Amino acid sequence: MNFIKNYQFNLVRKSQKIVLGLFLIVLMLGLFEALVLSPEDYLQGDSVRIMYVHVPSAWISLGIFSLMAALSIMVIIFKNKLFFLVAKSLAPSGFVFSLIALVTGSIWGKPTWGTWWAWDARITSMLILCIFYLMYLIAWRIFESKDYVTKITSFIAILGFINIPIIKFSVDWWSTLHQPSSVNIFSETTIHTTMLIPLGIMTAAFALFSLLIFLMKYNTELIKIKNKGLDRL
Amino acid sequence: MISELFYMNGYGYYVLSSFLFTLVCFLGLYIITKIQLTKEQNKFNVKFGELNSEQVKEAKKQKIYKEIIATEIYSKI
Repeated sequence: MNFIKNYQFNLVRKSQKIVLGLFLIVLMLGLFEALVLSPEDYLQGDSVRIMYVHVPSAWISLGIFSLMAALSIMVIIFKNKLFFLVAKSLAPSGFVFSLIALVTGSIWGKPTWGTWWAWDARITSMLILCIFYLMYLIAWRIFESKDYVTKITSFIAILGFINIPIIKFSVDWWSTLHQPSSVNIFSETTIHTTMLIPLGIMTAAFALFSLLIFLMKYNTELIKIKNKGLDRL
Repeated sequence: MISELFYMNGYGYYVLSSFLFTLVCFLGLYIITKIQLTKEQNKFNVKFGELNSEQVKEAKKQKIYKEIIATEIYSKI
């Protein structure tokens, strides 16, 4: 089995175990902070705790899609074959995070807005992102054996990227049910530290999970290529 | 104390179902990805086991994807 035991495989395999261990530790800490230690909101009460799964999921799904779009552009410009392998390996976790953001947002909407769903700008644009993820994954499944698969998937990722600023600024551009951003990089953050800490820990846990899935998917793709190499012998 | 933690002033149903849905999604994605990885690894083991000594030598010379991918469909981007 020396063939499979090379540097890149070993690195990916070892890092999977480290990331899984780290993820479990950070997740346990995050869950304790989010469900037990963090205070309830003066307006929303304990329902605010949904934020600790909803917001990190939304952030990570947006981040992953942006990265996929950037990688797709690089595939076209540099013709580097590794970029689409990375983009393809990122897509499943991005899809699941967008789904979590939609479902938990819907659950949060019931006690705060009195409805499970509203065709509001933020929610609708988030649904469109989820559909783009789904289209990307389906395109890989349908056209995997075709020559033009990378063209189609790159086109979907780049087209879907147009939606990312719409999601981000939808709460500023339109009057929406969804509240504006509470955590800002360039302006003042309007969320208290007692809530910001669990939010940060849960975001770290979710990021580690997406890294874990990415490493596993990337490893799967490398072995697939190895298998194709063996078929050629 | 425990019942208060689950009740959450009447929001327990919403909060816990959100967390549960998230954890189920995580577990589902992890299991699916693990199955796919194991399936490909097993496929590799079977294929590698069927090679004769000369093919094994050839296979060992292959440098992961760099050489293989160059002649795959992906090179036609």
